[in-house]
Amino acid sequence: MAKITMTVNGRQVAGTCDDRTLLVHFIRENLGLTGTHVGCDTTQCGTCVILMDGQSVKSCSILAAQAEGSAITTIEGLAQQGELHPVQAAFNAHHGLQCGFCTPGMVMTAVDMIRRHGGNLDEGRVRAELEGNICRCTGYHNIVKAILAAAAAMGGARQAAE
Amino acid sequence: MGVEGIGAPVARKEDRRFLTGKGRYTDDMTAPGMKYAVFVRSPHAHARIERIDVTEAKTMPGVIDVLDGEQLLADGIGNLICGWMIHSKDGSPMRMGVWRPLADKTVRYVGDAVAVVVADSVAEARDAAEAVIVDYDPLPVVTDPVQALRDGQPQIHSEAPGNLIFDWEIGDAAAVDRAIAGAAHVTELKVLNNRLSPNPMEPRATLGIYDPGDDHYTCYTTSQNPHVARLVMSAFYNVAPENKLRVIAPDVGGGFGSKIYIYPEEIVCLWASKRTGVPVKWTSDRTEAFLTDAHGRDHVSTVQMAFDANHRITALKVDTISNLGAYMSLFSSAVPTYLYATLLSGQYDIPAIHANVRTVYTNTAPVDAYRGAGRPEATYLLERTMETAARELGISPAELRRINFIRSFPHQTPVIMNYDAGDYDASLNAAMAAADVDGFAARRAESERRGMRRGIGMSCYIEACGIAPSAAVGSLGAGVGLWESAEVRVNAVGTIEVMTGSHSHGQGHETTFAQLVADRLGVPIDSINIVHGDTDKVQMGMGTYGSRSGAVGMSAIVKALDKVEAKAKKIAAHIMEADESDIVVEDGALKVAGTDKLVPWSQVALAAYTAHNLPAGMEPGLKEGAFYDPANFTFPAGCYICEVEVDPETGKTTIAQFVAADDFGNIINPMIVEGQVHGGIAQGIGQALLEGVHYDPDSGQLLTASYMDYAMPRADDLPSFKVSTSNTPCPNNPLGIKGCGEAGAIGSPPALINAITDAIGNNALTMPATPEKVWAAVQTGH
Repeated sequence: MAKITMTVNGRQVAGTCDDRTLLVHFIRENLGLTGTHVGCDTTQCGTCVILMDGQSVKSCSILAAQAEGSAITTIEGLAQQGELHPVQAAFNAHHGLQCGFCTPGMVMTAVDMIRRHGGNLDEGRVRAELEGNICRCTGYHNIVKAILAAAAAMGGARQAAE
Repeated sequence: MGVEGIGAPVARKEDRRFLTGKGRYTDDMTAPGMKYAVFVRSPHAHARIERIDVTEAKTMPGVIDVLDGEQLLADGIGNLICGWMIHSKDGSPMRMGVWRPLADKTVRYVGDAVAVVVADSVAEARDAAEAVIVDYDPLPVVTDPVQALRDGQPQIHSEAPGNLIFDWEIGDAAAVDRAIAGAAHVTELKVLNNRLSPNPMEPRATLGIYDPGDDHYTCYTTSQNPHVARLVMSAFYNVAPENKLRVIAPDVGGGFGSKIYIYPEEIVCLWASKRTGVPVKWTSDRTEAFLTDAHGRDHVSTVQMAFDANHRITALKVDTISNLGAYMSLFSSAVPTYLYATLLSGQYDIPAIHANVRTVYTNTAPVDAYRGAGRPEATYLLERTMETAARELGISPAELRRINFIRSFPHQTPVIMNYDAGDYDASLNAAMAAADVDGFAARRAESERRGMRRGIGMSCYIEACGIAPSAAVGSLGAGVGLWESAEVRVNAVGTIEVMTGSHSHGQGHETTFAQLVADRLGVPIDSINIVHGDTDKVQMGMGTYGSRSGAVGMSAIVKALDKVEAKAKKIAAHIMEADESDIVVEDGALKVAGTDKLVPWSQVALAAYTAHNLPAGMEPGLKEGAFYDPANFTFPAGCYICEVEVDPETGKTTIAQFVAADDFGNIINPMIVEGQVHGGIAQGIGQALLEGVHYDPDSGQLLTASYMDYAMPRADDLPSFKVSTSNTPCPNNPLGIKGCGEAGAIGSPPALINAITDAIGNNALTMPATPEKVWAAVQTGH
């Protein structure tokens, strides 16, 4: 059994699990944070994407034990004081989700994508960056629109702050 | 329309929970004492089970019990059934083989459930499942439906000699043969419609909870139609009587048809919960989903289309072999018959049509409805044939279609359907303008200068949605009625709950249905809740599939609203001492027309529940229910144009543009409708370019059982889409709406293949048009 301590959505958590437990299962079952999903068994679909120390990670591709001591943000930790993150707000405004199952992974991927590329995102780059996230409902059209809109909004906010 | 009413692009009410991780899917559910099920599945496509030994598995850590088909049979659990009776042309009923929830003596496809392990954790259940010893005696295998019909092939069910389930026909064969004999031109084509895996992103899951105190069962499940699940599990599978079985389909992560059916796992988990005394949850992994979710399509067809000297179609003759897999899934028989052959007239005035359909057992996963269900197969066949004919006749594909368009409504086709309204020129013209077809020659020349091939293809589709008049489908063999039910409850403070039998698993009902109520009653959509997916909360329902939630489900809400409004008017008239016929509903209030007298909804609602001052003899309360049975199918139609660039060196196809022009009748929320079209197109492009289920023909092993082997469309496989709508309102339902859920998946595959074959000058191309196939076709093209 592995004893694990980490910070999840700003809160210190500790737990015990089988050595073989994947981080996604630790998040879902030990922590009860069921917004992070499992959509495949081959690290292809991206419904389990979380932020680990600020970077997007497929939480099905690492063991919970490997996340020892890290800072994790899940979809539940993105909105602050009830205010949607600009990426979440853009997905709503542009109808970037339908059944909602791929959505948490899409949103977390988009947050990291915008962090890395900021104002240098265009449609082609967004589509290429979404290679690791599968959506069966939207045809990606509105997801791409939402991410570009969020990137623009966040860029604008950054500029205003500077 | 107002900012929230019918026609407004309202952002979805349900989004917040999905965007913040608060969606509640079946696998998110827990129950006190809950344990986990893992199924032992057949590794063979066809085998006799000689022996099942669970001795070691039962001693493994965490194992509660290991159960097999013998115990299930002993407990009286019934067989899975197909609920739509089809008769062969000789009058004999379809030959349905036995499908046990856990296999009895024979397994018939890879993934067939043999036993179930219940354990403390999924990992422990999985370990124990691997320790279950099953001795199989392998039998010969057949996966190809054409081969399965030949002499000397493996016999899959004793009930279906020669693997033939039924041999069915529709239309006038003699008239068709006469027309073909006298035709100026006959276009002939062999058409393959590739087998697909629906792949909703949420894998199937179920949680069965037996409560011995009340002898009551609760089933959480990933279902598009929880009431149908309850009905079938009660009436046919003998799990529990309806009053002792609550089915809850909470948030469901996409369905596309594959979650209509009741699968063995729901039945087994409910039964196992009673056997073991603990709640039992099963969640499919993706490989299990590929193995056991009902697949779609898989048709092999030949077609002859006859033309007179003026390029008018005189007859259509179709012969189809449809692969239904190892067992007949719940609605499998209806898909290649009444959902397919009845649409073979397309948008065209065709005087004579005949279709013969043979359905076949093979050692593959069951096949049933997948987005479009029969209509994509009909449209692909017809629109590939039209494009081929245009090339053979030397006229433009658009012109050939215009010559043959139906322009007078209602229009009775020779294959049952009676089209009620449409304007096919409008969608064709809109699509051609959006695609700038006039500029194509210049774009092609530019591509050719770069050594690329450019092609353009179109598809004019029609579909039948809003299934369907119950008496009509009953006469065609359906085992159920296909009405919908709704209840509108105005609470005492004026907030509103709508209980609907439709189920939302991505369609946005919680928003669109609220828009309808807001539009009718003038109250804000935030005061309206749409309740669905729970047989204990919602009175009755038939569920969501076949683009029926708008046309049928919302029509039921309209009927209930009519009753609510009528009663509210009586109460308002009584309060204001006015004549009931003078009361109008406006801006959230009931007003006396032509005066400034009004009472707000909240006051009427409160009056209804305090019942201190109601008209004499009136019952208290303001809550009304309704059932709506549609008068006809609805007939969405449209035109899709695809333009591609093919690299002749690699065979890679790039979609240069994709245009959709649809007629869905009236639209409640255009943003949601566009989203439905986008998703449908992506699935259609997936079918045409990327996706295909493949079985090894010798062993029956599924070769495409993961996302590393089955090519799902990714963001960089697809372009942004240009979509638009025109509108001929449906005359047969109160809202004039037709349905939009499946159009994209129906209209897009032929447009894409027509474009690629145009680009490479070789018409012999099958789906999916992988680079390898396209490259090979380029070598023998022009």
